[in-house]
Amino acid sequence: MPVKDRVEMRKLPVEKRIRSFEEVALGYTEEEAIQEAKRCLQCPPRPCVQGCPVGIEIPRFIKKIAEGDFLSAYKIIKERNAIPAITGRVCPQEHQCEGVCVLNKLKKPTAIGALERFVADWALKEGVAKELAEKEIANRPSNGNIKVAVVGSGPAGITVAADLAKLGYEVTMFEALHKPGGVLMYGIPEFRLPKRIVEYEIDYLRRLGVDIETNVLIGRTYTIKDLLEDGYKAVFLGTGAGTPKFPGIPGETLVNIYSANEFLTRVNLMKAYLFPQYDTPIKIGKRVAVIGGGNVAMDAARTAVRLGAEEVYILYRRTEEEMPARREEVINAKEEGVKFQLLTQPIRFIGNKDDILTGIECIRMQLGEPDATGRRKPIPVPGSEFIFEADTAIIAIGAHPNPLIARTTPEIKVDEEGRVITDSELRTSMKRVYAAGDIVLGEATVIEAMGTGRRASQTIHRDISEGRI
Amino acid sequence: MRQLFRLNEIVEKKELAPRIKEIKVYNPRIAAKARAGQFVIVKVGEEGERIPLTIADWDREKGLITIVFQEVGVSTYKLGRLGVGDVITDVVGPLGNPSEIEKFGTVVCVGGGVGIAAIYPMAKELKKAGNRVISIIGARNKDLLIYEEEMRRVSDELRITTDDGSKGRKGFVSDELRDLLNSGLKVDRVIAVGPAIMMKTCADVTRPFNVKTIVSLNSLMLCGMGMCGACRVEVGGKTRFVCVDGPDFDAHQVNFDVLIKRLNAYKAEEQLALKRFLEVKA
Repeated sequence: MPVKDRVEMRKLPVEKRIRSFEEVALGYTEEEAIQEAKRCLQCPPRPCVQGCPVGIEIPRFIKKIAEGDFLSAYKIIKERNAIPAITGRVCPQEHQCEGVCVLNKLKKPTAIGALERFVADWALKEGVAKELAEKEIANRPSNGNIKVAVVGSGPAGITVAADLAKLGYEVTMFEALHKPGGVLMYGIPEFRLPKRIVEYEIDYLRRLGVDIETNVLIGRTYTIKDLLEDGYKAVFLGTGAGTPKFPGIPGETLVNIYSANEFLTRVNLMKAYLFPQYDTPIKIGKRVAVIGGGNVAMDAARTAVRLGAEEVYILYRRTEEEMPARREEVINAKEEGVKFQLLTQPIRFIGNKDDILTGIECIRMQLGEPDATGRRKPIPVPGSEFIFEADTAIIAIGAHPNPLIARTTPEIKVDEEGRVITDSELRTSMKRVYAAGDIVLGEATVIEAMGTGRRASQTIHRDISEGRI
Repeated sequence: MRQLFRLNEIVEKKELAPRIKEIKVYNPRIAAKARAGQFVIVKVGEEGERIPLTIADWDREKGLITIVFQEVGVSTYKLGRLGVGDVITDVVGPLGNPSEIEKFGTVVCVGGGVGIAAIYPMAKELKKAGNRVISIIGARNKDLLIYEEEMRRVSDELRITTDDGSKGRKGFVSDELRDLLNSGLKVDRVIAVGPAIMMKTCADVTRPFNVKTIVSLNSLMLCGMGMCGACRVEVGGKTRFVCVDGPDFDAHQVNFDVLIKRLNAYKAEEQLALKRFLEVKA
């Protein structure tokens, strides 16, 4: 019997997309979800579960969808994943669960991400997430009012806070910005991850009894020592890789050059697209160059389209094949008119007399031998320099771990890249302090951050309950 | 009995000069940690922008921080409209590295405009650390000169300049600084805080004398915690972030032209927003 085609999620039409920040992917109807769920072979080796950094029991929840029992499906996902409405939208499934799905051999893997999202959205709509949280609270063990501090409210912090709250700890989560959610709030745009969904998942944490304190920068407002002396039995660091990298080439301080973090924060967190109703402005030129080839670069480019730029280009030093962005986001970007200028490396930013960006001197690249990451290394083609005209540049070439904790807490050892060094169970070099997510991994995905967060919360629970700390 | 306030409640408010206001805000956690040279990021209302403001003073006992600001754009106007008993939506801090406070010997503290409120805690701490503090403060005219008494209290010597000569010497603080250095006095360190152009001129004045000069930079800022890079400046030929690498830098290494041009990046938007704000609220 031939394998049926995947049921693809409906998307907002392009002409509507490029004028609004509405979510692009529309999700499945109940019928579509059941139809897609029935494609899952329920194969015994279950490679997808191994492919999931948090080990969701994927075939089990898909089976429940196929049976029309969405509530059971939701409960199965929630056992392992605190924020399925988010991961269903932003996970790079093609490199994880769907990448190892047996049907992927026929290029038709089960649409696990879309199904996860369907279940989470259904739960949100039906209000069952709230009930489930209340049940969790009622049934949670008492852990003698032991206080644990979670620093950072992004994916790693959310996972640890939810896990420990369910285990009966009194969790306080500290966020330096004025809204919790970390990169989910300031980084990923509305059209890919609506903020109401992030707020809903944060609200679930509150229902679990997590106390969330915004506007507290750990390292400055309180030090880690303060927290440990203030009665917190353990401190978890999930401060992420939030410091943008700059290429270190001439002219990078010119006006109208943004880091992707700044550009996206202005738009997502500060709602600069609603200026002047909102006070934070943003400049968008006619011809925008986004430098980089990851998800953040796609987010920035697609945001620039929506802000009204006439032409938006991705400048990337390798080819499309090596791009780290999710396939789906590359397709979305192309559909929305983003152009790709590949094998191109900026070497200098050029400005006018007022130091306003007018162009980028670039050099053509060619691919050489594979490097440490297994991707073919880009090599400059001598004499191929050219000027790429642009009045706005957005730099999306990655981020470093935030240096503040390391600078203010010398007891916590970091490597030469600024990543916090931990043992295999995510203990840092400072007693009672644990870390996970991008502050340990460097730059990873939402779900990888959550996966390490899960391991950290297990270690914290074990160390406390076995009296090690 | 100690009165309890809500977090970020304004408990005192004073108009120091036309458009220049001083507020005391209840935030014990910031007051407990604040040190000279540090700042807070303030946001007023849901639609508000995040803006950096220097912590001019603090009272650890009462849990208060003092902020001095000039109404120049929508955000500072919004802040200026809040009164005693109002709560500022968001205040985070203390941010930035504290100023280096040691016994250097003779230190000249130069403050221009609202920058005087920022130089005040530095002068105070430097005095406490045993330095001989000579302060030079200036404003456009005598009505705009703030913190004169405060500065007098923490300085061994206070000199005043105004652009129009309505008080003290007619001229700029940098003129007074040049004369002081020309007089042959041995100065171990100069600290200058004020408008970017004033700090640039002070750096030019001290350079030939080879006196270590520190400036506290006031770049545009968004996050204030090293996450966005909006505040980046060029120091010693390298890109640095004011919020986590500064705000204090060696004045002789700072590229002030870049700073000034970046400060003007949103001039048109700022004017549009202010015009709209004043029309709506009028």
